[in-house]
Amino acid sequence: MGRLFAVEIVYRGIFQKTLAKNISRGIVLAASLEGKPGTSFGRYGDSPERNGIPAKYFAIVATDDLTLEEGMAKYEPKEVDITVCVDDTLCKGVESWAWYGLQPINRLTKAGGTLIVTSKEPPEKLMPMIHQKQDPYKLAVLKGIPSFSGLWVYKDDHTDVRILGAIAKLLPDMLKLDSVKQFILHEWNDAVKVQSATNSYNRITAQNVSPSQGNPEKPFQFELLKWHEMRDGVSIPCIAPGHKMDDPATHATGGFQPARNPTFKKWSTRTMRPVIDFDTCIKCTLCWLQCPDSCFDVTPEGLYDANMEACCGCGVCEAVCPVKDCVTMVNEVAFKDNSSQWEAWRKNKDTYNTWLKGTIANKADRSHGFRYKGQYEEQTPEMLEIAKSS
Amino acid sequence: MAQMTATLPERGTEETALITGSEAIAVACKLADVDVITAYPIRPYDTVMQYVAKLVANGEFDCEYIVAEGEHSQFEIVKHASACGARVFTGSSGVGWMYAMEALTVTPALRIPMIAMVGNRALDDPGAFGVEHNDALTVRDLGWMLVWVDTAQEALDTALIAYRVAEDRRIFLPCGISCDGAFLTHSQAMVKIPTQDQVNKFLPRYNRADLLLHPDNPITVAPQANEDWVMEIRRQNYAAMERVPGVIREAYADFERIFGRKYGNPFFEEYETADADVVIMGMGTLSMPTRVAIRKLRSEGKKVGMVRLRWFRPFPAEELAKCLSRFKAVGVLDRDFSFGSPYMSGVVATETRAALYTDTISKHPPVLNFIGGLGGREVTVPDVEKIAHELYEAAEGKKKPATQWIGLRE
Ligand code: SF4
Ligand code: SF4
Repeated sequence: MGRLFAVEIVYRGIFQKTLAKNISRGIVLAASLEGKPGTSFGRYGDSPERNGIPAKYFAIVATDDLTLEEGMAKYEPKEVDITVCVDDTLCKGVESWAWYGLQPINRLTKAGGTLIVTSKEPPEKLMPMIHQKQDPYKLAVLKGIPSFSGLWVYKDDHTDVRILGAIAKLLPDMLKLDSVKQFILHEWNDAVKVQSATNSYNRITAQNVSPSQGNPEKPFQFELLKWHEMRDGVSIPCIAPGHKMDDPATHATGGFQPARNPTFKKWSTRTMRPVIDFDTCIKCTLCWLQCPDSCFDVTPEGLYDANMEACCGCGVCEAVCPVKDCVTMVNEVAFKDNSSQWEAWRKNKDTYNTWLKGTIANKADRSHGFRYKGQYEEQTPEMLEIAKSS
Repeated sequence: MAQMTATLPERGTEETALITGSEAIAVACKLADVDVITAYPIRPYDTVMQYVAKLVANGEFDCEYIVAEGEHSQFEIVKHASACGARVFTGSSGVGWMYAMEALTVTPALRIPMIAMVGNRALDDPGAFGVEHNDALTVRDLGWMLVWVDTAQEALDTALIAYRVAEDRRIFLPCGISCDGAFLTHSQAMVKIPTQDQVNKFLPRYNRADLLLHPDNPITVAPQANEDWVMEIRRQNYAAMERVPGVIREAYADFERIFGRKYGNPFFEEYETADADVVIMGMGTLSMPTRVAIRKLRSEGKKVGMVRLRWFRPFPAEELAKCLSRFKAVGVLDRDFSFGSPYMSGVVATETRAALYTDTISKHPPVLNFIGGLGGREVTVPDVEKIAHELYEAAEGKKKPATQWIGLRE
């Protein structure tokens, strides 16, 4: 048997679909220039995609046809040489709508394989978000803001070719830089893109990650039921109605916290989350009313606490809130857990408000697809600048 | 119609009425106190909806009677009503049944004990009113129970039995009762009408229990589920279908005890098989000319018997195979077709051959298939005699085609 290579591209559904497809196809087409057969496919269960929900593309390349067949005999690869993560907030894990529990971003990465993350953050900042892995592997950070587009628009900020350049450097047995360049010229006939791929090839470095590094938490998971344990009639119990909330400071009870889906946590489905200034909230109810996912718990005193077991990070609450800076969407990299902001505020208002101001002031770039006219024109030069500099 | 309403029995006294197979089913609906009935006209099923409508209009029968705007809605409405705990009845014929196909597909998976009468009719084109069994047979792989009846009395009795079986919590599957268009739906016969007391004793109220769609029992029905769940869901329906034969046996035994009418083996009826050399098998009203021909053949010294299949789903494979292996040749008379199927045979012949191909049966008689009676064409006594003749030749070892068409102009 010859050699088999597998690459997974973990991306944000819809926003990065074209990007993931370009990378995956690029790997296969560039490898084919070296006479290596391959296949590229999106994970079927991720389709139809949802905005921002983690999804996967796979590229499989082999040194010969029979070996490729070994790779294709599986529904999807059980391990990969390279995991490409095109949005750094996905380092917290992958919880797609087609499977269950939180899968660490490096779950499929082989021992000795490489996790490539596009981010403006340094590796030290990303490491605590990535779950620990039993086997050593490598982490390579490709500098850049997450490249988000829409379903019908593609922001050509060279992220696709920069990833290809990085892969050529990290796994030359699968793909050489020359093939990547040749592929780019053939596909786009764009010398600047070739330059971007070359720059990234020259610049990318990988560092070793030991089993002791990373987030030590055991990722959330649950057992799928056996057929005779399941309810019949294709029926599932509804989520229970909910209950009053407890005030951690006074132990008064009141308000209402709806019960939530116990198995779909949505922790990794969002790229940003609202932070709330409870001192300026005028209790107008708009966030509670407009949130598409019924995230807001009503506190005993009638405030609204966005529950992170339900939030998909859409930003509607921020858009509808009539009070300036009362709701601010902040990039997920700023948060270590999913705990209640209101409880923190009740326990110690000063500490909370200091945290709130700091978090808003130092927030990383937000990202949630195409949000306003002119957004890409603003972002593309920045990305091109990053791509050119070495 | 007037006769039927005039002769409907008082509570507590069994009476006899001259009614069609369709009327018999309507009477069964009344006796079963069905809650929701939906209808959309197509011949020959529409006779049932007329009789039900009349019962409702005369104030004899209290039910929600909804005429839908097409068969798809017709079946969807009762599906939902059944999920909410209502006993339901509906039905159709031919391409009407096909128009409801999407609803027919989702009904078994949701474990809906819907009872539907199929007034068997040829599928278009050409537009033809007469009987063919292909309409009901299209759902044979989907989890429907399917039964074919022969007489108006059997139609009434089987409808009551169907409710009892389908609404059993161990089962909760839909059941299609096939009545041959014209031969059964439109011909009147003397039918014993059971008393309400008997029916009440036999048929408990439908209890949707833990699957009831009601605010007090908040459940989600039919969510999207992909490869992580689908096999387990199918396996559950397999388990339900596996339990059906046992529940059918219980129901027929209870039926006999309460109503005093015997059906013997619930799954198929044997006629003159004890000493038979060859047998002719089929479903529905084909039994009439077959019985007559058998009596004639026997008077000529030819030991011919008949096996009339009642329950096609679940298919009584083991029992049937054991029965058929006793004979020197078996002729299956299919009032249906399955173009391109193995040996270009009909559906019943194909399934019968598959049932015989098992290691518990050592003797395999030749199974000849006869396609006949399509589009409502009469299967005549001489046709049956010809079949018997072919079977005897096959029994003697003469090579015969696997499939022959009978009653065809050629
Ligand atoms: S971002 Fe706001 S509106 Fe959107 S899901 Fe989260 S809490 Fe609800
Ligand atoms: S929209 Fe803003 S002001 Fe209104 S209740 Fe929500 S957080 Fe408070």
